[in-house]
Amino acid sequence: MEQTRKALLEMRNISVSFRMYGRGLEQTDLRVISDLHLTVYPGEIVAIAGSSGSGKSLLASAILGILPPNAAVRGDLQYKGEALTPERQKWIRGREIALVPQSVAYLDPLMKVGPQTDGYYKPTKKRRMLFERLQLPASVERLYPFQLSGGMARRVLVSTALVTGARLIIADEPTPGMSIEQALEALRMFREMADEGKSVILITHDIDLAVEFADRVAVFYAGTTVETAPASDFKAGPEALRHPYSKALWKALPQNGFEPIPGFQPYAGNLPEGCLFAPRCPYKTEQCEKQVPPMLEIRGGEARCFHGA
Amino acid sequence: MALEAKNVDFRYGRNQPWILKDQCLKIGKGERLAVFAPSGYGKTTLAMLLAGYLEPINGQVLLDEIPLPKKGACPVQLICQHPEKAVNPRWRLRRVLEESGPLREDLLEALGIQRAWLARFPRELSGGELQRFCVARALTSGGDYLICDEISAMLDGITQAQIWNVVLEEAEKRSLGLIAITHNRRLAGRIASRILDLSV
Repeated sequence: MEQTRKALLEMRNISVSFRMYGRGLEQTDLRVISDLHLTVYPGEIVAIAGSSGSGKSLLASAILGILPPNAAVRGDLQYKGEALTPERQKWIRGREIALVPQSVAYLDPLMKVGPQTDGYYKPTKKRRMLFERLQLPASVERLYPFQLSGGMARRVLVSTALVTGARLIIADEPTPGMSIEQALEALRMFREMADEGKSVILITHDIDLAVEFADRVAVFYAGTTVETAPASDFKAGPEALRHPYSKALWKALPQNGFEPIPGFQPYAGNLPEGCLFAPRCPYKTEQCEKQVPPMLEIRGGEARCFHGA
Repeated sequence: MALEAKNVDFRYGRNQPWILKDQCLKIGKGERLAVFAPSGYGKTTLAMLLAGYLEPINGQVLLDEIPLPKKGACPVQLICQHPEKAVNPRWRLRRVLEESGPLREDLLEALGIQRAWLARFPRELSGGELQRFCVARALTSGGDYLICDEISAMLDGITQAQIWNVVLEEAEKRSLGLIAITHNRRLAGRIASRILDLSV
């Protein structure tokens, strides 16, 4: 069925690299995202989970075209079936695609949060309704960002995106600092948006919350997607998941054991030759160390693993 | 041996509402306490008071019955909620880390801090990577108490478990008094021996 639906956003073979200066005038390209595939359909929430520093936020910046000047994006990026060029990105951001930034430092420190959230088009009435749903008292609109607590600032950021009425919201960790009720309300609002035919990319570490609202989950590791799976598989547990990293991530959650696997994510400029997860993988074979596994269809999802079960 | 907030009142300005009123909290060395409260209730403010970043308007913060020292590294170390706002953006991370003392190789290793990151500026690292530096910085400086203000909300499950294991091991070894502020009750259940809900 997925083939017949038209994708809203389609990313194929995306890579992002940074040009860095070495000794003297020597330049090196540091590739931080490689071979990334992700498709977002209208009416769905795609959650992106995965390792810190795996390029989740960079991907958001790449879609919006707000990477720093020393970054280069390669690959096929399409929005509504047309290539997303820098000119188009510039027009689209804030209108068709809105961002909930990860850092509360994105708020303008010199502007009260009410007018700041209203932005250029001043939908004040809608914004007041959003504030109320997110349990922000009416007096908050007259405060400056430094007067907000972490959770309040986060709720203001969510409002800035929802108030635009965009077709696609990229929410980069919208819920930390919020109480559980507020986080649920924010996610409920994203769900309502999706049910109206819009789409949400939800970057999050609160996997247990996200799977209640998301349709699919993409798992990132070291700059690429290692698995995309229906959200129900994350609820079902490690047996339903395909990639060993997804399984390990599930087992490390406080409610499921709190047991980290040893080792660390490999970093850009120092990536292993074969499968990116091989150095930490309990199931690795010689093939894994030499060859990069392709994305394989497994049980209604995809995983980048030779032994995905 | 205890860190204590005694009937503390605080507000951010004379015309502002009280954030904390008559707040008390006591924690002994070697104790692990998790603090809950709704967003905007004053958890971070309380943490800043306990670590000496703010002075209470009424009431006192006492360490072993005397006020916190004004000079030197504070014996109560705070790890902040937003690492990107807790490091000097113009310092390379080696300098950020060495501010609290000589580098501890065992900590760098345990927290997964790559040597190459030391030469970078804060904006060149992700939120989760920066937070490891903040944890390392707080643990390097010595001190008997550690306050963790939502330190793992921006981390993935595996890194969260790794970092908490490092913090808990260090707390055990040095018999630190640990205060963890979090919204995640399951996480609190894993790390704390006592739970305090400010809203009740």
